[in-house]
Amino acid sequence: MTGYRSSRDLDWSLLAITLIISALGVLQIYSATAGTAWQDTWWKQSIFIVAGLVAMHVVSRIDYHRLLEFAPTLYIVSLVLLLGVLLVGREVFGSRRWIPLPGGFTFQVSEFVKLILVLLAARYLSGLKGDRPDVRDLLKVCLLVGIPMALVMKQPDLGTSLTYAAIAGAGVFFAGLRWQHAVVIGLLFVLAMPLSWTMLRDYQKARLTSFLDPGGDPLGSGYQVIQSKIAVGSGGMWGKGVSQGTQTQLRFLPVAHTDFVFSAFAEEHGFVGVAVVLTLYFLMLMQIVQNAQAAPDRAGMYVCMGVCALLLFHLLVNVGMLVGRMIVTGVPLPLMSYGGSSILTVFLMLGLVNNVRLQRFVN
Amino acid sequence: MHLPGEKPERPQTPRGPLKRDDAKFATGRIALFQYLIVAVFIFLLSGFWELQVRNPDYYYEQAERNRIKALPIPAPRGKILDREGRVIVDNHSSFSLMLLRDNLKHEDVRPVAEGLGLPYEEVLARLKRFSAQPRYRPITIKEELSRGDLAFVEAHRGAPGFPEMELIHAQRRLYPRNGLASHLVGYVGEVSEAELNTLEFARYNQGDLIGKAGVERQYNGVLTGVDGQRQVVVDSRGNERQVIGLKEAVPGKPLRLTIDLDLQAVAELAMEGRKGAVVALDPRNGEVLAMVSQPAYDPSKFTGGIRSRDWQELVANPDNPLLNRAIQAQLAPGSIFKPIVALAALETGAVDDGFKTHCPGGASFYGRYFKCHLKGGHGTADLHRAMVQSCDVYFYNVGNRLGVDRIAEYAELAGLGQRTGIDLPQEQAGLVPSTQWKIRTTRQKWYAGETISVSIGQGALTVTPVQMAYAIGGLAMGGVWYTPHVVAAPGRHETPRRATLNPENVAKVVYSMCGVVNEGGTGARARIEGVELCGKTGTAQLASNEALRSMKDGELLKDNAWFVGFAPREFPEIAVVALVEGGMHGSTAAAPVVRDVIRTYFDKKSSRQPRPVLARDATAAADAGVGLAR
Repeated sequence: MTGYRSSRDLDWSLLAITLIISALGVLQIYSATAGTAWQDTWWKQSIFIVAGLVAMHVVSRIDYHRLLEFAPTLYIVSLVLLLGVLLVGREVFGSRRWIPLPGGFTFQVSEFVKLILVLLAARYLSGLKGDRPDVRDLLKVCLLVGIPMALVMKQPDLGTSLTYAAIAGAGVFFAGLRWQHAVVIGLLFVLAMPLSWTMLRDYQKARLTSFLDPGGDPLGSGYQVIQSKIAVGSGGMWGKGVSQGTQTQLRFLPVAHTDFVFSAFAEEHGFVGVAVVLTLYFLMLMQIVQNAQAAPDRAGMYVCMGVCALLLFHLLVNVGMLVGRMIVTGVPLPLMSYGGSSILTVFLMLGLVNNVRLQRFVN
Repeated sequence: MHLPGEKPERPQTPRGPLKRDDAKFATGRIALFQYLIVAVFIFLLSGFWELQVRNPDYYYEQAERNRIKALPIPAPRGKILDREGRVIVDNHSSFSLMLLRDNLKHEDVRPVAEGLGLPYEEVLARLKRFSAQPRYRPITIKEELSRGDLAFVEAHRGAPGFPEMELIHAQRRLYPRNGLASHLVGYVGEVSEAELNTLEFARYNQGDLIGKAGVERQYNGVLTGVDGQRQVVVDSRGNERQVIGLKEAVPGKPLRLTIDLDLQAVAELAMEGRKGAVVALDPRNGEVLAMVSQPAYDPSKFTGGIRSRDWQELVANPDNPLLNRAIQAQLAPGSIFKPIVALAALETGAVDDGFKTHCPGGASFYGRYFKCHLKGGHGTADLHRAMVQSCDVYFYNVGNRLGVDRIAEYAELAGLGQRTGIDLPQEQAGLVPSTQWKIRTTRQKWYAGETISVSIGQGALTVTPVQMAYAIGGLAMGGVWYTPHVVAAPGRHETPRRATLNPENVAKVVYSMCGVVNEGGTGARARIEGVELCGKTGTAQLASNEALRSMKDGELLKDNAWFVGFAPREFPEIAVVALVEGGMHGSTAAAPVVRDVIRTYFDKKSSRQPRPVLARDATAAADAGVGLAR
């Protein structure tokens, strides 16, 4: 399947949107961290973006069918690495998520696992014999996704673990999940909730309860959401101006350069800025959907829609959290939140989308 | 061998992998997913709409509250000075710790309380009490921080510690040691719930300091300044970034009292270790020169919020140190009432100059025998001698002739039975009995026998020390009573209460009082060389002799010693009353106190240089040479 591929055929509008969002993210990180211990993160983020662009280019040039062949191997490797994280990972804020790398960088395995799961799901689902996935198929998918979910949950990192479920869920949806199965899965999920409640860590329980009643303990776990809502709301229609957000600049907004970067943006740029950025994200997702529709085969469609669903899930959980409509789970905002692993993963996924796009011109 | 067709060909089912691998098979589901994307974005955007477009003002205010911290600058209270401008109550610089409740974490309360050595429950109770207050108003949890407290605060104010702690520089009251003038000056404390509901303190807020007693209370409005405020921008860790508003505090005005610290000190020393009161006033204008009540308390215990243990101790003390005996003790005056009875007798004509009685040591009235304090009796006595020797029998007869209502008339004329109107809170009125009073209160008629007791200042009659100084001072002035006051308000042109008295009668009474001191009378111990000191001793029984005898423990009911005096005889400048509860004899216990105060007054006047104040023991030793006359 080596055909003619031209840079002309890359998804330039997707790339343009990506770069605009990334640039806004860098600016916001700069504004939010100026004069703090993290004041050089904007610079690091820029490097990650450049690295991401390179990685995206490389990935888009390797036929995704080759990558799909490697998916099981990558999956095994990622399970080993996730185990490694639990054993040797660096602990930050009470959870082990990172493997230290030379040069002061750290490597968040669970981010890259998202990419591998997208590939694995595409490979597995595109190889299904039946018209629709049957119970055995579903159980297999559950097992394949469940193992890394359990490992990541153990870190503990509920948010990332849920993103894996989103990948699997989107996959079986596009594979033609029967509604009866969907109902059963939904029921099982509801039944599992009280059970999983006992398995949650105290801080995770606190986040859940504070999501339901943020005023209940305003200085405990509800604090972040309350401060985020104040930051967003006080931005008003037009925002307070770049570097003028009091919630951001005076550090009332927690982690304003990572998970809450969009709150900081909303405070300084107002509803108008928010609407512009959300529109950009919307266009980005639609562009990916378009690539899925034009995919040469099912595997390509699964890859594109897997990426699309994953990004949508991130947006929903992260941005929903900022305005108090989702629980605090520590899911980063793609392209804007600071974090090398997250940025690289998103660019790699966009590379996959481009890869699929380029393949449609083959044959 | 296999023939074509023998082996059934694998049927080309529509489920073949090739047929399935068309990318279009999920078109419908992708379209559905697009709707989901649209829904998610609408959901997210509506979240921002709700916050940023519909409620931006609410959140803007919240953001402002986050960053702007308003810290009070407590206004120092005005100093309290004596008549010569000497400081009685000063301020000293101290630090208070406030808790900012905007950022208060509940789990921080216990370590903060422990770090400051406060009981956790007390701090919690305090937080609860202030919960109705606006959250942006910080609350003081400890005043007068010690060095150790300050070290704790400095070490833990930073980010990982307790950013809700805020140090406030405050001027706090510095009261004289040993409770000097404590009842007069009073003390400050936090305004109570009950006080907040009164008109007087309605404009205060919970946690504000107000005068609770004495001058601090009476002149609270003058002494209290206006608190200032500092508005600062803070970050989430409570670090100040910028001052955006500053309103300086307006200090309270200093208050100059009419008190003379020298006289006050002498009176305090003379009363040290005793129970009772001294009031010295200038009968020419009503200015209070000294006011002592013993036992005293330490007002500084109240300034930092009195501990409940200290408060219990004060309240449970049987000697009641919180009582300002000078204006609140209502006791029988005993013989110091006699000048008033004498004047009443002369003014009404109940007796004349020639009236004499024979005192064999007691007399019978209405079937009851009334003893004189001198067992052997005084023999024959006229008014002058009866006053000088304090002959009870003479006054029994005079009182019997006057009747209780005429005694009451003159007692009230002199200012007894009603508040003098001194500018101190909670003055008591005392009681002047009369037939009307008895009918009103007990629905019983007055028995003439009761008059006999009243005529020597016993029975139902009660007075306060300040009333006696006021009454006798006014009498000595010839019937001019100026309302006693401790603050000389500028432009205070008070018209005194005047009574039309026959100057000759007044002179006779005054002359007899002069005799009490200077003719070897009961007040001989008050005698001062070169000063015409006039006075009257009193020894007031708390119970009848019979009752006293029947009690096992007479100690608690020892007679109260009184002395009231003024000087000079003509144109008096100072009137002093001394009460020593349980002092037994006015002549020995109370008279020297009055003498010391008046002597100091004249020493000061003549030399402007007061004699060094002697310790009470030395004074007592000086008294030892004087005979034990009553």
